[in-house]
Amino acid sequence: MVTTTATETPTLKPIAFAVRESLAAAQETAAPVIETRGLTIRYSGKPAVIDVSLLIPEQRITAIIGPSGCGKSTLLRHFNRMNEFIAGVTTEGSVLYRGIDLYARDIDPVEVRRCIGMVFQKPNPFPKSVFENIAWGPRINGLVRSTHQARELVERSLMQAGLWDEVKDRLHENGLGLSGGQQQRLCIARALAMEPEVILMDEPCSALDPVSTARIEDLLFELKDRYTIVIVTHNMQQAARVSDYTAFLVNGVLVEFGETPQVFTRPREKQTEEYVTGRFG
Amino acid sequence: MKTHFQRDMERLERDILYLGSLVEQATNKAILALTARRPELAEELIAGDDEIDLREVQIEDDCLKVLALHQPVAGDLRYLISAVKVNTMLERMGDLAENIAERALSLARLAPLAGAPDLTQLTADVRQMVKLSLDALVRQDTKLAREICQMDDAVDEMHHQICRELRDMMQQDSATVERALHYLVAARNLERIADHAVNIAQDVVFMVEGQVIRHGPKENH
Amino acid sequence: MSAEASSLGVMDRQQALRLKQRRARGAAFARLCWGFTWLAVLVLLVLLHHVSREGLPWLSLKFLESFPSRRPAAAGIKSALAGTLWMISFTALLAIPVGVAAAIYLEEYSRKGRLSRFIEVNIANLAGVPSIVYGLLGLTLFVRLAHLGHSVLAGSMTMTILILPVVIIASREAIRAVPSSIRQAAFALGATRWQTVSQHVLPAAIPGILTGVILAMSRAIGETAPLIMIGALTYVAFVPAGPADEFTVLPIQIFNWISRPQEAFHGLAAAGIVVLLIVLLLMNSVAVFIRHRFEGRTKW
Repeated sequence: MVTTTATETPTLKPIAFAVRESLAAAQETAAPVIETRGLTIRYSGKPAVIDVSLLIPEQRITAIIGPSGCGKSTLLRHFNRMNEFIAGVTTEGSVLYRGIDLYARDIDPVEVRRCIGMVFQKPNPFPKSVFENIAWGPRINGLVRSTHQARELVERSLMQAGLWDEVKDRLHENGLGLSGGQQQRLCIARALAMEPEVILMDEPCSALDPVSTARIEDLLFELKDRYTIVIVTHNMQQAARVSDYTAFLVNGVLVEFGETPQVFTRPREKQTEEYVTGRFG
Repeated sequence: MKTHFQRDMERLERDILYLGSLVEQATNKAILALTARRPELAEELIAGDDEIDLREVQIEDDCLKVLALHQPVAGDLRYLISAVKVNTMLERMGDLAENIAERALSLARLAPLAGAPDLTQLTADVRQMVKLSLDALVRQDTKLAREICQMDDAVDEMHHQICRELRDMMQQDSATVERALHYLVAARNLERIADHAVNIAQDVVFMVEGQVIRHGPKENH
Repeated sequence: MSAEASSLGVMDRQQALRLKQRRARGAAFARLCWGFTWLAVLVLLVLLHHVSREGLPWLSLKFLESFPSRRPAAAGIKSALAGTLWMISFTALLAIPVGVAAAIYLEEYSRKGRLSRFIEVNIANLAGVPSIVYGLLGLTLFVRLAHLGHSVLAGSMTMTILILPVVIIASREAIRAVPSSIRQAAFALGATRWQTVSQHVLPAAIPGILTGVILAMSRAIGETAPLIMIGALTYVAFVPAGPADEFTVLPIQIFNWISRPQEAFHGLAAAGIVVLLIVLLLMNSVAVFIRHRFEGRTKW
């Protein structure tokens, strides 16, 4: 169970319990893949995420919403140890992946990132061919050993990402020649090629037009069957449309976590109500 | 600064409350026309029902617009859904009041019925329930709303009593049948007005708390 | 209002006048820039014309194949050309890997602290040190202490230290210019830092690195003073057979000929300059070609 440390906000601990309750109450038993316990993250002493304890249920889409600068991206990046590239980051509390502490001394961050992939806000395909973009990660990690395997993997990933038909004749053209929406789907395919268990998405549609956004949202529905997805978004309608669970952060603090329909029809906390109805933030 | 959305919502709320007050007046007029044999009131009321109908259509249209344009969630969404339902309830109450007025008109043209059932308590309760349900709506008062739900049992009981009395009367003297039937229908409509007031109260609870108390055993506080 | 003042009829007289002034100022500035550009080109053209006119008559295959001689008609730059090519090759071999590796370390691996900033400032300073100081350093360190003598190797190593700051700075800039989003993407796929650097950052930074290398090599090929200091000879009648041999370079040979009173030697010097320019041009073309190949694949 969650251990109580001396904190200034006693209301936070009950939320973690409520989460377990709400998960248990749901007919499906969605086991948590990622769990944080009392996670506090600071940038050079300034706290960005404060004492957050939440669960990411398996094979569901969990959205993290909140006003700008509330620590959503920081929290997300902590799940696959990407915050390590930023100087001056200190952590308290733990992040568990299937019960294993991700930040333990004997855990290799490279391995973590093989299981937990990431798609970024601005599409960032490598300045190489479409084929290379997708095959590179698996190749350096030893997931494919021959060109034949690589070709199969590339095709499979592109089909999963819904991009195959559009690029199957252009596999050896530069990835940067694709449109914005296609580039982002390429980045998703690239992440899928690593066959991770969890995919983290940091505002994946914020740089895209509505049609591309809709396509990617449809894609997320299909991916849900096989992957656990955590998506940070500042677009509330998107969170409402796409996710199964929603976590609401304000100033680094987890205010509410629950099933998305509940959060958007009967939020428990007043702050949540005010945020989702647009009264603040 | 008020947003576009908030202004629309406020206007909607004003319109519904105004419709509520029109319906309350209509109900009171209908009751008076019936019990005090005032056909002129009945005629006013019947003429005024057009306005109620028009407003109901307008309000429903506004709700639709707000839903489409603003895509509200949480409390705002519950408010809108309830507003649509309350709107319908109010219009039906208006129709029922109109019907009562028509009964009142018919009764006024006929000779007074001796031994007519005493509608004082029933009409008092119905008037009270209508008033309180609108109060609960204005003040978003769920405690009051729940109390209204409790009042419906008494009204139902009184209605049954009146029906029994009228039935006995009709069995004994066939000359009273025409007038007794008018009374029967009027009492029935009064009871239905009370039911709609309860529905409005239940919608108020949904609006504020998100709880649905429409079905199942009567709720405790 | 005058016709030119307000075409749309939305400006008053004063605004229209201001607009005219702004346009005039802009045009004047553009013309100034154009003038300066052509001035620079003109200077270059005059130089080339002068050198070609004097030197081309002396330029021949015999010129390239002969050793220097007291008789102008028989003199050639074989030894100097060979020496330059040897020196440049070894310098490139030493400076490029060391410089690029240093840049990679400083940009990708070292922790950004006071030490790193200290190193950065010092490298920048070293780039501005007069070349003769490097000659002194080379003399002491390579010729005497390391017992390399007045050899091609000593000369190359001296030139390496000379151009290293330029290579490092340019390479660092090129590596820094690679967007961090590329690195993040690579890391997120479970790549180690070395995999990311070697397979994504470096290939993308090559155009910039090569620019730095071109600049550095161009400087190296024209340096005279430090090589004289480390003892490159002025009269050499043989071609170096290996890095341990003594040598001379084109600038020294040219300087030698220019200092002679006879008119004929001036013509030879001019021919030597032409040869030097051609070598420079060829070197740069190779670099530009390589850069073009890599740039074609890398577009942001």
